[in-house]
Amino acid sequence: MGGFWRNFCRNRGAVVGLVILLLVIATAVAAPWLFPGSPWDMAGMPFAPPGEMGMWLGTDSLGRDVAAGIAHGARVSLLVGAVSTVVALVIGIGLGATAGYLGGVADDIVMRFTEFFQTIPSFVLAILLVAIFTPTIGSIVFAIAVVSWPPVARVVRAEFLSLRSREFVQASEVLGKSRLAIVFGDILPNALSPIVVLSSLMVASAILLESALSFLGLGDPNLMSWGFLIGSGRSVIRIAWWMSVFPGIAIFLTVLSLNLVGEGLSDALNPRLARNREGKA
Amino acid sequence: MAVSRRGLMATAAALPFLMRAEEALAQGVQPKRGGTLTTIVNPEPPVLHIGINNQGPTLIVAGKMFQGLLRYDAKLQPMPELAKSWEISPDGLEYTFRLQENVKFHDGQPMTAEDVVFSIMKFHMELSPRARGVFGRIKEGIAVDANTVKFVLSAPFEPFLLMFDVTVSAIVPKHLFDGQDYRQAPAVAKPVGTGPFRFAEWQRGNFIRLERFDDYWKPNQPYLDAIIYRVVPDSQSRRLALESGQVMMTQSNDIEPFDVPQLRARPNFEVKTEGWEYFGPLMWVEFNHRVKPLDDVRVRRALTMAVNRDFIAQRLWFGIGKPATGPFHSATRFYDGSAKTPGYDLNAAKALLDEAGLKPNGQGVRFTIRHMSLPYGEVFTRLAEFLRQSFRQVGVDLQLESVDVGTWSQRTANWDFDTTINYLYQYGDPTLGVERSYVSTNIKKILFSNVSGYANPKVDELFTKGRDAADPAVRQEAFSEVQKLLVSDVPLLWLMEMAFPTIYDKKLHNVITSGAGVHASFDDVFLA
Repeated sequence: MGGFWRNFCRNRGAVVGLVILLLVIATAVAAPWLFPGSPWDMAGMPFAPPGEMGMWLGTDSLGRDVAAGIAHGARVSLLVGAVSTVVALVIGIGLGATAGYLGGVADDIVMRFTEFFQTIPSFVLAILLVAIFTPTIGSIVFAIAVVSWPPVARVVRAEFLSLRSREFVQASEVLGKSRLAIVFGDILPNALSPIVVLSSLMVASAILLESALSFLGLGDPNLMSWGFLIGSGRSVIRIAWWMSVFPGIAIFLTVLSLNLVGEGLSDALNPRLARNREGKA
Repeated sequence: MAVSRRGLMATAAALPFLMRAEEALAQGVQPKRGGTLTTIVNPEPPVLHIGINNQGPTLIVAGKMFQGLLRYDAKLQPMPELAKSWEISPDGLEYTFRLQENVKFHDGQPMTAEDVVFSIMKFHMELSPRARGVFGRIKEGIAVDANTVKFVLSAPFEPFLLMFDVTVSAIVPKHLFDGQDYRQAPAVAKPVGTGPFRFAEWQRGNFIRLERFDDYWKPNQPYLDAIIYRVVPDSQSRRLALESGQVMMTQSNDIEPFDVPQLRARPNFEVKTEGWEYFGPLMWVEFNHRVKPLDDVRVRRALTMAVNRDFIAQRLWFGIGKPATGPFHSATRFYDGSAKTPGYDLNAAKALLDEAGLKPNGQGVRFTIRHMSLPYGEVFTRLAEFLRQSFRQVGVDLQLESVDVGTWSQRTANWDFDTTINYLYQYGDPTLGVERSYVSTNIKKILFSNVSGYANPKVDELFTKGRDAADPAVRQEAFSEVQKLLVSDVPLLWLMEMAFPTIYDKKLHNVITSGAGVHASFDDVFLA
């Protein structure tokens, strides 16, 4: 564990990313205390610029506090990012493991199925799914998960393909362990590092996807999210730039921090790769 | 009686002309020939022929190529257009119109009484449900001579005279339509009317060009050489086109309400919200009376008192439109300002909800209902959010649902909603545009009927009385009473009298001269 941390901290960007991410998470957790009440409450004059009337980041077209919207929006954006990634991981690992471990016909069927999803532009599919199931937090998480599992399935399959012929797996087979025990007990723990790295990036892209959907008006109308803030500010950007800019910065920082952390994780989990890269640089 | 009314109408008809000439003179500008007006049409209409399509964009463009028998001022008094004068028999059954002379269609054929009878009795009767509802009362339409038309009604119908605007019953050429399937006739693609501008060119997705009709029946008019309607689908591009001078005028929904204050501040633009009186659009929250507890009048009244209608008009629509006072738009005839829907009062609202037995639970919520946002753009989404916060203040939880236009129409028509937003034109008269939303005989699974399911026999009776009475005083009595009844029953939550900004370069004159605003023929619009 100590080695993991040392490797992680060697990547300074990753440390910065982690700090930002922790700050965002802290804001999300503390939102009800920082900004009591609903972020939808009309707290002041409409279109108050930042700093006026005690609103650091100004108010929107209905006089809602933009700062409160960002803090409460962090909860929704992070939640959607995390939950949809978990769902996508479950689907992706399930299918990837099946394909990689069983091989043969099962592999063919699963991979054709995966390719089918990969050939459809993911954002268009997400819009379609949300529009069909009407925009609610459930349908949005589902849509994001549906469009983001294929890369997981491919990565997991590749790992399984290479790991399943290793000696320790063969040993387990000889010992008479069940297939499930081998998959979950032996192979999966050894395939985890690329999955962990991938999932941190998936959270980032899920946040972006949710924001894009909300921006287009396909967000859950009862939940405040960053994309909604930007979307509702877009049309009045010439009157009230702060309505779009601050939530935009929030998304930018969060996605950037997740990417930095992902890179740090990758370095920490594959120290040799990281050192090679440093050597070249 | 009939004589004095006729006299009154003739005076009313003459006045606007005088005023318009005065308006131009007061500004020190004489009407001038020449120039092209470039403006915007949005969305692009599917066809340009009135009757075949009666949606806003079609009416605005086609209103320059076609004309009705009458036009109306902002007080909805009739003014001459293709009809020079008109008479109503003392029993209110016979309407005689004398037509202008030397009126020609764009193909050179003269317009006669035959064309008028054909347009009213056949063309619009077949194509437009709204026209059919009224013109179905005509027992007989007779071309007395080439320039005289007489309509005999089966029973008196006082608002009959409001039905002759170009947007309802444009006069179309009989010789190009009679005996054909109207929708398939060649004239649909190349409209031929009597208006001051004739169809010239339409590049789909790009622009529509109308050019001056040299044989127009008013001497020396129109003043403009051409009108170009550009198709610009994006609202910010439309604003830019106006600001950069690429277009001189925008209308209807072209400019979003939030862009208006900045355009108003520019010295070279005139911003007018007049010119929608003939349509009288009123917006409200539709309550589904089949959903508990919306069947309780105390709940409906409490919700009405929870909404600050001034905020909606001032903050969401930036002062374009006025807070509604009741079921009638204030420009609609027989509007009675003394019947007022309850005002903004949170404490009274809470007290009423308590009285209705709806106590708040641990989270302060008395009950939860759904709200289907009207999918007509951003400002309506903001409105739904505003309503949610307003209702929340009195402990009512509103769950918003976003839907697309098709779903909204289908669910509203099938009563599958708790609350939603809707706005309807009142067409100047309660019988023409108000009655349909409240009478129990119109509780139908059709959009723009009484979808809320409100039923009050007394209201039905009063609307019938107001519809059938020939005497305006009797009608006023019935409609005043109906307004008081509706205001106490609060079947709907009336929000705002809608208006739409017409923004134009100050070089342009006489843009809004009637209650139908930009739908008018523009034969007197000039550049100076």
